[in-house]
Amino acid sequence: MKIEFTINGKKAAWDVAPDDLLADTLRAHGFLSVKKACNTSCCGLCTVWVDGQPTLSCTMLSARANGKTITTLEGVQMEAEEFAKILTSEGAEQCGFCSPGFVMNVLAMKKELKNPTDEEIIHYLTGNLCRCTGYMGQLRAVKTYLGVNSAQ
Amino acid sequence: MSKKVIGQKKPKIDGMALATGKPAYTDDIANPNALVVKLLRSPHAFARIKSIDTSRAEKLDGVEAFFTYKDVPQTRFTLAGQSNPEVSPYDRLILDELVRYVGDEVAIVAATDEKTALKALKLIKVAYEVLDPVLDFEQAADNPTVVHPEDNVHLNFEIGMEKSKNIVATDIQVVGDIDKELSKCDVVTEGVYYPQAQAHAMMETYRAYTYMDPFGQIVVVSSTQVPFHLRRHVARALELPMSKVRVIKPRIGGGFGGKQTVSGDLFAAFVTYKTGKPAKIIYDRQETFTCTTSRHAMRLKVRIGADQEGFIRVIDLDVLSDTGAYGEHASTVLGCVGHYTLPLYSKMRAIRFVGHAVYTNKMPAGAFRGYGATQGTFALESTINKLAHELGMDPTELRLKNIIREGETALHWEDGTRLGSTALDRCIRKGKEMIGWEEKGLRRRVGPHKVRGLGMAVTMQGSGIAYIDTASAEIRLNDMGDYVLMHGATDNGMGADTILAQMAAEVLETEMDHIIVRSLDTDYSPYDPGSYASSGTYVSGSAVVKAAENLKVKILEEAAHYLEVPVGEVELTKEAVHWVPNAGEDRLNGDANPKPKAVSLVELAERSVLGSGKNQLVGQATFGSEISPPPYVAGFAEVEVDQETGKVDLIQFVAVADCGTVINPNLARIQVEGGVAQGIGMALYEDVKYDKQGRMLSDSFMQYKIPTRKDVGTIRVAFEESYEPTGPFGAKSVGEVVANTPAPAITEAVYNAVGVRVTDLPITPEKLFMRMSEQNS
Amino acid sequence: MFTIRELVQPETLEEAYSTLISRNPNTVLGGCAFLKMGSKRIGTAIDLSSPKLGLKGIREEADRFEIGAMTTLREIETYPAFQEFYQGILPQAVRDIIGVQFRNSVTVGASVFSRYGFSDLITALLALNAEVELFHGGRMSLQAFLDKPYEKDILVKVRLQKNERKASYQSLRNSVSDYAILNVAVSELQGQWRIVVGARPQRAKLAERASQKLSELAGENGALRNNDENALKQLEDIAKIAAEELAFGTNMRGSAEYRQAVCPVLVKRALMEVLK
Repeated sequence: MKIEFTINGKKAAWDVAPDDLLADTLRAHGFLSVKKACNTSCCGLCTVWVDGQPTLSCTMLSARANGKTITTLEGVQMEAEEFAKILTSEGAEQCGFCSPGFVMNVLAMKKELKNPTDEEIIHYLTGNLCRCTGYMGQLRAVKTYLGVNSAQ
Repeated sequence: MSKKVIGQKKPKIDGMALATGKPAYTDDIANPNALVVKLLRSPHAFARIKSIDTSRAEKLDGVEAFFTYKDVPQTRFTLAGQSNPEVSPYDRLILDELVRYVGDEVAIVAATDEKTALKALKLIKVAYEVLDPVLDFEQAADNPTVVHPEDNVHLNFEIGMEKSKNIVATDIQVVGDIDKELSKCDVVTEGVYYPQAQAHAMMETYRAYTYMDPFGQIVVVSSTQVPFHLRRHVARALELPMSKVRVIKPRIGGGFGGKQTVSGDLFAAFVTYKTGKPAKIIYDRQETFTCTTSRHAMRLKVRIGADQEGFIRVIDLDVLSDTGAYGEHASTVLGCVGHYTLPLYSKMRAIRFVGHAVYTNKMPAGAFRGYGATQGTFALESTINKLAHELGMDPTELRLKNIIREGETALHWEDGTRLGSTALDRCIRKGKEMIGWEEKGLRRRVGPHKVRGLGMAVTMQGSGIAYIDTASAEIRLNDMGDYVLMHGATDNGMGADTILAQMAAEVLETEMDHIIVRSLDTDYSPYDPGSYASSGTYVSGSAVVKAAENLKVKILEEAAHYLEVPVGEVELTKEAVHWVPNAGEDRLNGDANPKPKAVSLVELAERSVLGSGKNQLVGQATFGSEISPPPYVAGFAEVEVDQETGKVDLIQFVAVADCGTVINPNLARIQVEGGVAQGIGMALYEDVKYDKQGRMLSDSFMQYKIPTRKDVGTIRVAFEESYEPTGPFGAKSVGEVVANTPAPAITEAVYNAVGVRVTDLPITPEKLFMRMSEQNS
Repeated sequence: MFTIRELVQPETLEEAYSTLISRNPNTVLGGCAFLKMGSKRIGTAIDLSSPKLGLKGIREEADRFEIGAMTTLREIETYPAFQEFYQGILPQAVRDIIGVQFRNSVTVGASVFSRYGFSDLITALLALNAEVELFHGGRMSLQAFLDKPYEKDILVKVRLQKNERKASYQSLRNSVSDYAILNVAVSELQGQWRIVVGARPQRAKLAERASQKLSELAGENGALRNNDENALKQLEDIAKIAAEELAFGTNMRGSAEYRQAVCPVLVKRALMEVLK
């Protein structure tokens, strides 16, 4: 079946099977920032924005992207670089495999929450697993990025 | 001498690319037309394949190849990432008639796409003769079931294997007279501990992409920690000449020891070898949980004897280790239980270590950050905490009284090695201060049903494997005055490429962006065992420092020659080599005050590759060590226990590490924080569980809970630097030692809070609740 | 591996329903969070996300809230009125489910219609005495829906009366974002109490005897609100009744024995919070 939608600001029309999942479809079309790691909708690595909302692309049927606006990390490179500079200056990207989904969720959080507390930041990002960092460096980076660093 | 690059918080050289989502990992760079390889796996814990019918599957459009045990070479091999010749039994075939755990491979399918490959798997009909499995590792020895009945298991060394009893390896060390010394002790404390199997749960699952290059070489692009060992295993398993296999390691999405054991690579390589076509294998999360490796589950019986003043005189350790269906790291992990715990304390008069590793019909155990030290530390440190209670001593004081100091030796080190560096005493003192040990007290009530407790533990590890780990490095002065550093340290996310570049830059008086780091391609990179045994900073780092020094000498010589000055009087800077004459002395041409002169590095480099110079400068070095200097950590936990439910909340964990000189404070800190988080997972959440038939239940992130960012409390880290005289810039390792203290420190904190000592991990609410109830009744 | 032969996005519920019942393998899609974990072979997958169906979002009427089936759990979590109503138990019940992205995907309709035993949402909704509206089956209490045998239908919306109901949600989890070992929701409206226990691990159930006893007790005297030992003892007795009248089972997260043992703790805590 054909879906028509917007991907990173551009109109697209792709052929997909009814049981294709968006993460696979995006990777097949070269949006390789999208990573998959769990198959059970609980690691957050495949996070993309659907109509601006952070969503698990490995959980969403590609067919349901029809008419939607999809954003991957490739589509928000300027914002991503701004945050990535801070994240890497903490060394908190480590292996980097969870970074794209994490960065997408951090950027979404920035739009949604104003002056969040530590608890609010942690709550918003709980669905992003990371096995390398122990999360502390990520928190330091996010707080610097959001300019809420005074607490620590 | 002040350092310019060492000790600086340099970002990882690949960081920006990774954090902005650039294609860098195996599946990002695989040929999109590669065949998709999927594996049919055994549903039984132990069975013999009677027949396999692939006829229906083969008719499926898009299926390109099928292989069963009848199609594969019959040379047994190991998948262990260990130096050749491995201390591991060669007990595997690519596919075997006998399947030894639920998930063991039965058939290989290669198809043009994933959906077809998965469909094909469903159409294969296999008849099994189901055999009685041995699932309980405490029942493995003397069991009627023999996991490896075949008679062609090969051993490179005598490792105490008794195959008919399912014993893979035996390790015994006795120093002194245990019974006599125990009888002299005022206090003898005992305990039996069951650290569980733990999943690595790296975010990038196991994967490889293979192709045949125009020279007939099989190229394996793999998410591996051990490219050179992988190359050897592929060649052996496929019965190919070594020169026909090449391994490339791109960016890796975490390993933690998991990728020190080869996984699906062989199947893809076999498909490429047979079909000539590119192939790709990606283990899904379920396969990663159920069909790779985990930490060894163990039973450790500990006896510790001490005198009244609190000097620990005897440690008696009896270890039973569950290695599962194959023996990759059975012997070495077992040995490390003792190697990385017994030398912590130096006032001992007798030690005994008796260890057995056994086969069972479960997923193989393998290497995992901490490598036996984690399990050993849990058992030993828990018992020492118990001893402190029995002696009525503060556990920190008990440690300070007994820990090994610089210049001392340990009973365990029978060669008389003396310790070169330790700051563990400072780590303990600093940790106490950070967590508020004195002010808070070990137990305090914070609510009607909430009690907080403090607990601590110390640990050590090694830095590389003495006498075995040997790394090489090369640094070349490129034609335009920049450098390329070639090494094999196999960065899998922790930043080895970055800290090695820091070391090279420091020696070569340059900045990091003047250095290209290339790693890893077994055809180009100098040999390195890979990323394991905490060897990156110490072993590979030493090789890089020596290679850089080697190049620096060559540059200075070449420049002195060119400038026609004595080599002892030239200095290397970022841009040039300068001759700085000592004023007033009689110099060349008899000039009393010669003018300084210099040659730019660019000019020197250009000359080296032109007809005039004809001498491209390359520094090379190989480094191996007769010792494995231990890094140390003192870990402190503060927990809050809900007495009505048994739920434990970790409030904070303080880890103070001595890794010698800290090469990169940011990356070292993240190593500690990340390792502590894994240790917290082991203490409180993570558990590899099986059902009664041997099927793993914890096969997803839904059923196997690694800590989320809400589960780790606050992890606070500090460093107390020592100076390791044999290390690069005084550095030791940091990667593994950091995972060991959370389990014993948290269990002790829980004990202090509610009086229950949990000896079988993890401390689930149910376990604690039930034991508190038992205690109260 | 699941398969879907065809996917349709109907624009009327009639069309959706007739597709659903026309062939056995036809299925309504929710947020699909669990779809890929199974090996379901779906004929026609029915996607109800067309805006024309109006199933997404929360509508506030004078006397009630109507939560459309395609409303996500994240919308429940952040909906302003739900922060205040029922002492905020709806956001509390869903906030620890995996993560924001997950809750942006999964829907109220699928959560309720699937009657998952581990559901946090059902426990809270049941305590709030919610109603469901099914396309074919019509309006009924959530309780009646849960008791009814499974039948193909389309859940259109969940209805909640706007009132002064006070409530508390308690759950016991080991890892914070894990499924609950046990969850409890309690509510009180005009002296009538509802004590609901879920993740037993069977699906949420009203503890009828305990609820009734408590309602009687609360009606008899106001002493329950006294923060004294006698009141506490009475609450503990009620909580024990709840644990005794309900059945508990064993799964990976906990044994029946443990669930039964901690049930009174969670019930007591919930009661105390409502009485506060």
